[in-house]
Amino acid sequence: MDESSYQNNFKQGLRDGVPIGLGYLSVSFTFGMMAVAAGMPALCAILISMTTLTSAGQFAGLSMIVASAGYLEIALTQLVINIRYSLMSLSLSQKLDRKLKTLPWLGISFGITDEIFAVASTKSGRVGSKYMTGLIAVPYIGWALGTALGALAGSFLPAMVQSALGIAIYGMFIAIIVPAAKKSFPVFLVTAVAVILSCLFRFVPGLNQVSGGFVIIICSVAAAGIGSLCFPKKEELL
Amino acid sequence: MNIPTSQLVLSVAIMAVVTYLTRSLPLTLFRREIKNPYIRAFLEYIPYAVLGAMTLPDIFFSTSSIWSALAGLTVAMILSYREKSLLTVAVAACAVVFVAERFL
Repeated sequence: MDESSYQNNFKQGLRDGVPIGLGYLSVSFTFGMMAVAAGMPALCAILISMTTLTSAGQFAGLSMIVASAGYLEIALTQLVINIRYSLMSLSLSQKLDRKLKTLPWLGISFGITDEIFAVASTKSGRVGSKYMTGLIAVPYIGWALGTALGALAGSFLPAMVQSALGIAIYGMFIAIIVPAAKKSFPVFLVTAVAVILSCLFRFVPGLNQVSGGFVIIICSVAAAGIGSLCFPKKEELL
Repeated sequence: MNIPTSQLVLSVAIMAVVTYLTRSLPLTLFRREIKNPYIRAFLEYIPYAVLGAMTLPDIFFSTSSIWSALAGLTVAMILSYREKSLLTVAVAACAVVFVAERFL
């Protein structure tokens, strides 16, 4: 790796974080709005955003908490959805300043998201902790602020608008899945298998006794397992 | 939603801790990059599998009627196929449901 292009400027990190922060503002606005529409206190929604900082995981967590799901189900679902961060974390560790100590790493690792990872790992050369702190700061603030604004807006919406918001979360999920499935046949296949399994668990007598959180875990692990056996990834993944 | 504050706080804490561990623990446990193509593929596919399993069939029960949900799903599929942003797709789906429920 090119040691001469070492990037460790806090301000440069802040600048690179602005587009991510703006994107997060709108997604977390939706999260805040939906959380309040589902009956969650606004403060709780903001607390989730400030402590978890992940989109799919938070939306899944929201629907599970509202359904009064068990702690083990919540923990396992978060693990399954967010396990991809482990891969990013490993990959990013090769990219960071070699002299980085454990303590700053533990701070930086809190801020690994799909987008922050993408920006940091496409920088040329190594990146340092100051740059990473700047890069994480703006999206973090955007994520928390958007949640607060969304929760506030959601509190003032009339009931008939709120009932239409129930579909928002699924609209977002579809917007994540479809473009990826369009570009990659394995992703299409994996998603299709997961959907078929999840429908079976919903409608087939006997299978429909399994609780929601576990259904998601079983379906997704089976579908991704089948996908990885059929289409292993030999080339660079991320 | 009638959930005791203690349960709410504990649920949020579990989400935060588990998510943080997925980000921080791997580096502490393994210092090498994952090379196994099956594990790499599995980790790449899993988010889409989770989202797929969460979306269907649940989306059909997310509104007042299956038909308004079907209308929302159709519009969301078309817009996301055209690679519109997350917010655009979500808002359009809501708008279609809102309109559909006025007529159904």
